[in-house]
Amino acid sequence: MKYFLKKLGTLILTLLIVSLLSFVAFSVIPGDAALSRLGTEATPEQVAALQKEMGLDRPLPVRYASWLSGFVTGDLGESYSYSMPVTELLKGKIPITVALTVMAFLMILAVSIPLGIFTASHAGGHLDRFLMIVNQIFMSVPGFFIGILITYFFGLLLKWFQPGSYVSISQSFTGFLHYLIAPAVAIALPRCAMGVKMLRSSIISQLDADYVRTAYSRGNQKWRVLYRHVLKNALIPVLTFWGMTIADIVANSIILEQVFTIPGMGTLLVTSISNRDYPVVQGILMLIAALVIIINFLVDLLYSRIDPRIRLKA
Amino acid sequence: MKKVKNVMVLLLVAALTVVLGGCQDDKEGNADTQTESSSQVTSESSLSASGEPVMGGSIVVGIPQDLEDSLDPHVSVAAGTKEVLFNIYEGLVKPDEQGNYKDAVAQSHSISEDGKVYTFLLRENVKFHDGTTVTAADVKYSIERCAGINGDGTPLVSAFSNVEKVETPDENTIEIYLKEADTEFLAYLIVAIVPEHCEDLEKNPVGTGPFKYVSRSPQENIIIEKFGDYWDTENQAYLDQVTFKVVGDSNAIVTGLKSGSIDMYPRVNATQLSQLADDEDLQVYEGGMNLVQALYLNNAAEPLNDVRVRQALCYAANREEILDMTADGKGTIIGSSMFPAFEKYYMPELADTYNQDIDKAKQLLSEAGYPDGFELTITVPNNYQQHIDAAQVLVEQFKQIGVTATIQLIEWDSWLSDVYADRNYQSTVVGVDAAYLSARALLERFTSDASKNFINYSNEEYDQLYAKVKASTDDAEQVELYKQMETLLCEDAANLYIQDMASEVVLRKNYGGYVFYPLYVQDMAKIYQIAE
Repeated sequence: MKYFLKKLGTLILTLLIVSLLSFVAFSVIPGDAALSRLGTEATPEQVAALQKEMGLDRPLPVRYASWLSGFVTGDLGESYSYSMPVTELLKGKIPITVALTVMAFLMILAVSIPLGIFTASHAGGHLDRFLMIVNQIFMSVPGFFIGILITYFFGLLLKWFQPGSYVSISQSFTGFLHYLIAPAVAIALPRCAMGVKMLRSSIISQLDADYVRTAYSRGNQKWRVLYRHVLKNALIPVLTFWGMTIADIVANSIILEQVFTIPGMGTLLVTSISNRDYPVVQGILMLIAALVIIINFLVDLLYSRIDPRIRLKA
Repeated sequence: MKKVKNVMVLLLVAALTVVLGGCQDDKEGNADTQTESSSQVTSESSLSASGEPVMGGSIVVGIPQDLEDSLDPHVSVAAGTKEVLFNIYEGLVKPDEQGNYKDAVAQSHSISEDGKVYTFLLRENVKFHDGTTVTAADVKYSIERCAGINGDGTPLVSAFSNVEKVETPDENTIEIYLKEADTEFLAYLIVAIVPEHCEDLEKNPVGTGPFKYVSRSPQENIIIEKFGDYWDTENQAYLDQVTFKVVGDSNAIVTGLKSGSIDMYPRVNATQLSQLADDEDLQVYEGGMNLVQALYLNNAAEPLNDVRVRQALCYAANREEILDMTADGKGTIIGSSMFPAFEKYYMPELADTYNQDIDKAKQLLSEAGYPDGFELTITVPNNYQQHIDAAQVLVEQFKQIGVTATIQLIEWDSWLSDVYADRNYQSTVVGVDAAYLSARALLERFTSDASKNFINYSNEEYDQLYAKVKASTDDAEQVELYKQMETLLCEDAANLYIQDMASEVVLRKNYGGYVFYPLYVQDMAKIYQIAE
């Protein structure tokens, strides 16, 4: 219980710090939401009127306090650019980014676990060497470039999907998932490669451990040793990596959403920053920060599941 | 082999656009003055698409940024928003592709001799999209709303601060009284007429245009559909539905056009065009952007406050070279704050005032006390490649007279606040467009105390000329005065004028009817599908 409370405390503190930092950063960078919206034809009176309407004429601490009090009650304010509540705006965007993240993450698991085990158990073999080279290549190519290659070969040449024709969930759920496959692959590939490498080296280092020799000496088969004993221990460091990967996927989807014209949270974040649409940016940052903390928390829980010796200490 | 090479080039360019795209915002259209309109110069030749128009069908139009703006026509300001709203709303008059005003919600109009009273006769049976009929009260409400009468006093549209009152002597007549005489006020009356009973135009736009609003998904699209009860039965829209799809990434625009997920994209740039050139499904229409691209000079900043220094910079520049290097030679070289589409006011002869003359430039510099040149900072918004390219060529050209120029890239929002609002800069390359169909839209801003005079240009003679324009009620006299103002700007080298950039529209071959306007709009009602 104490553990949960402490984690909750961390969550709140982190959110506070993140919100304060982004708030300060936003007030330091040049540019003004009212000017940005009104453009070059605006008169100074119009700008002043809009600034007042947006509440930008108030001093910084007052603005932060009013945002914070809204945030506590679940009110993230209203977007400057879209004249609609941020929560409503995000509601439409979260499923898109979540679907993309989950899809990419499942792909990473589905590819990197079997390949990691395979290459580790065949370490030094021809196939292992070949796979490691392929791995190295994918690891070094950034996701957005893979995205462009996929668009070109599978979209324009082979016509497996139509680039740029994003289908929203409300139109067709299967069409939506179908369109997300390509960007998910683009996000997943470099991380698959990393996952394979992590798992492989983790397993190999475990294979030298004393308990493995003991297990063999008790007459266990190789596969039994690998799955019953080694894998559990080898997963601990990899689990941390996977936890980080989820946050990483969200960050990468910001770029990949642009490449594949997916109107998700990433696209919204980028345009909101350039529009100085502060309430939206703040809302998205809060979400991402909360996500990272919650995932870390889940990873901690999983540790103790896999290895009961690890206790959740407050 | 050539194909492979093309593929490689495409990939390379695509990769670069994405890398660069990561650090830029995609607000090209939003840039308002900075960006483009279109031109009637080539409209005739570009209407040559063959094939019979059919009624019905739909189209997907790519737009470079979302309408980060209100859908309320009196509140929205971004050029990108107005371009879409043009199809939904109409004013008492509306512009046509030749740059004239034809009556829309009004059936006829007359302007009093003294230029103070505008009288409109309401067209009968004009319907709003919600089915109600437009009344004189709606018109009165709309104009008063823009003028801030009955509201909190701040005009929603600044030009309407000149409106004193609106009267409706009978149910078909509307009289607009101005505080000061203004014979060009008709240009502003393209402002949307909205129903008095609709409160929430921001979320639910209701107008009288050929299309009605259907839905809007942020960062995704805006959908409009044909309005069956449109008053102008001869100019009904052909298409049943138009989707404006937000495509921020310039690489995604190219793939979208190639793959068929976008059917039309206005204003492609040179890089995109080279990637699309050999696609047989697409047709390119060429026009002018209708903007004044220039190296805008802060006339109040050292050493640019010396006219000889500004002239020296003008003589150092070679504009043909800029066009060749940045746009394959396309574009029209200009010499003052006016572009060719404004035929009435445009003075082509000014373009030759400052032909490159390095010796003269050097001489002017030494006369001004800078024989060894000086250091110049060119601030350029980072979201518009053609301005950056032009600045780069200028930097090289200035080296010949010893001026060391450096380019400083900034975000569009920073440009708006630092350069445009605070005027804290030396020089900047942008394009300025006209918000309405009058020379005033381009020339008023350079009067000494105009709030939009971001170059701090100040010339008493210029101010007096503008005062005369305002006082005049004679069109020919006004044109003459505007021309004198243009000449002054040119002689004073207020800015280093470069060009009206070329604009290209890409349309899928099975559509036709694209029309260039001298304003920043896309008229979707004229676009049709071609019978198979």
